[in-house]
Amino acid sequence: MTTAMSPALVHHISLLAHIPIIKKEERSLADDFVTTLKVVEKLMKIDTSSVKHNAHMSGLSNVFRDDQIDENRMFTQDQALMNAHKTHSGYFVVDQILDQE
Amino acid sequence: MPKLNTLTLAQTLKLLEKKEISLKDVYADVLAACTTSNAALNIYLAINPQAEKEAHLLESQPLRGVPLAIKDNYLTVGIPTTASAKVLDGFMPPYDSTVIKKVKACGGVILGKTNMDAWAHGSSTETSDFGSTKNPRNPEYLPGGSSGGSAAAVAADMCIAALGTETAGSIRQPSAWCGTVGLKPTYGRVSRAGIVAMGSSLDSPGPITKSVEDAALLLNYMAGHDPYDGTSSSQSVPDFTSFLRSGVKGVHIGILYADHPHLKNTPASNAVLEAAKLFTTLGAEVELVPSSGSLEPGKALISDHAVGVYTVIQRSEVSSNLARYDGIRYGHSRSYFGEEAKRRIVLGTFTLSKGYSEKYYVKADQVRNLYIQNYADLFQKFDVLISPTSSGYAQKHGATKHNPMFGELEDQLAEPSSLSGLPGINVPCFHDSKTNLYLGLNIVAAHWREDLVIRTAQAFEENTSWNSWMKNI
Repeated sequence: MTTAMSPALVHHISLLAHIPIIKKEERSLADDFVTTLKVVEKLMKIDTSSVKHNAHMSGLSNVFRDDQIDENRMFTQDQALMNAHKTHSGYFVVDQILDQE
Repeated sequence: MPKLNTLTLAQTLKLLEKKEISLKDVYADVLAACTTSNAALNIYLAINPQAEKEAHLLESQPLRGVPLAIKDNYLTVGIPTTASAKVLDGFMPPYDSTVIKKVKACGGVILGKTNMDAWAHGSSTETSDFGSTKNPRNPEYLPGGSSGGSAAAVAADMCIAALGTETAGSIRQPSAWCGTVGLKPTYGRVSRAGIVAMGSSLDSPGPITKSVEDAALLLNYMAGHDPYDGTSSSQSVPDFTSFLRSGVKGVHIGILYADHPHLKNTPASNAVLEAAKLFTTLGAEVELVPSSGSLEPGKALISDHAVGVYTVIQRSEVSSNLARYDGIRYGHSRSYFGEEAKRRIVLGTFTLSKGYSEKYYVKADQVRNLYIQNYADLFQKFDVLISPTSSGYAQKHGATKHNPMFGELEDQLAEPSSLSGLPGINVPCFHDSKTNLYLGLNIVAAHWREDLVIRTAQAFEENTSWNSWMKNI
């Protein structure tokens, strides 16, 4: 079974991925994905009925950090803001996501 | 005395210790090489203006202030870090990656940050947002990638040694194309903390050097558990240089992919068969491993499946890792992503999306598990497995254009071992005197067995003349 890759599907996924693309790119990306997915589709012929979904390849189990504040890792406010394009009174400025009302 | 920039790391350290050369002269020769060649080859994106000054304060440390080339995906305080991506143009990291901290503490100095495929997405450096790097062995050709700038910096003697990172082939393949040594450690051997994340279940930082001894030396200073990387291992770290003189007597070597239809009778495959003959004369037990399309005891699962597996796993992890770039806290907006990054993010979002993740992501992960099982079976019998690193010589500039699968097909021979988290090394195993280009031998061992990789590679290097730096000795 091949997946019907289309410019419309690319448009939908790019919205999910928050990647701005133009109309022309939707077509070229769809063409690229057809090429790529043809290679991927070959995997479907391999019998994996007895294979587990793998979590880690060298055998680690879940790792948790201590529930403690590590001050060595903390940024100062200046460090945290030093690469931001827009700041205001020591805060990041973000785009408005809600309407006025 | 040859030009000091052409010395290996081990030679430089020895001569500095004996005070037969000075650090000042090392920097003079390395910087002269940079001044002469960097504009033409496009290797360094940034040079550390304080390098020499920092070096003189570190002369008493084990690495004695030697200048190192660092791939631009390692976060470095005071030096811009972009991962060759316009999204991060101008980014100044507020902290050093763990490996950089460790190497600095041992006396290594960052000379500069090297060009790479943007976000490490590629095998050529052609996807860099800042122009491709040229292969110093022959500038008409690509250096490979994604650590192409680091391999080129070593090949051009514009550093004493370099650091790269590998997700699937990104240390070994550019090393093969540039005629350098490149060691990909076991996944988890070296901390990923503070390295721009690409495929988090695969990324492995490692050294790119002029000799096997240099790779072992540098790995000593990079390896070890890091509480800031949950997948870094608490395995004990041996002195990797202690395995250099162990030789290959009694080592059981399997030759992989010699029956691959695209490799049969190629220069790359022939060079590996020649290497196998040499290993036999050195006392190793060498055997061809037949390939199979499915999991069969004693046979190698063909590398072809790894292309699809890697494509899905890598795109999926990329779409997740690059979701953090919102242009608010650091970096530019998402409209700055280049063509290749967009392609990977969008496809990865698709393979992880509802309805498709079972079909693509889970399937790819299961086949990945087949490779892990296959290696576990093969390592019951063999100590190391050898194959060509790349299917051929470096390709010309423009080779990646209109080929959305260039990297995956190029890295096919390294992908199965990367997907399985295994350690591997590239050593030069042939030189074409007409083009001045190299072929590489890939030596792979079981998890945590860098010792076997290093001793096999060293035995090969000291009994052949393919390594261009060994001619100086």
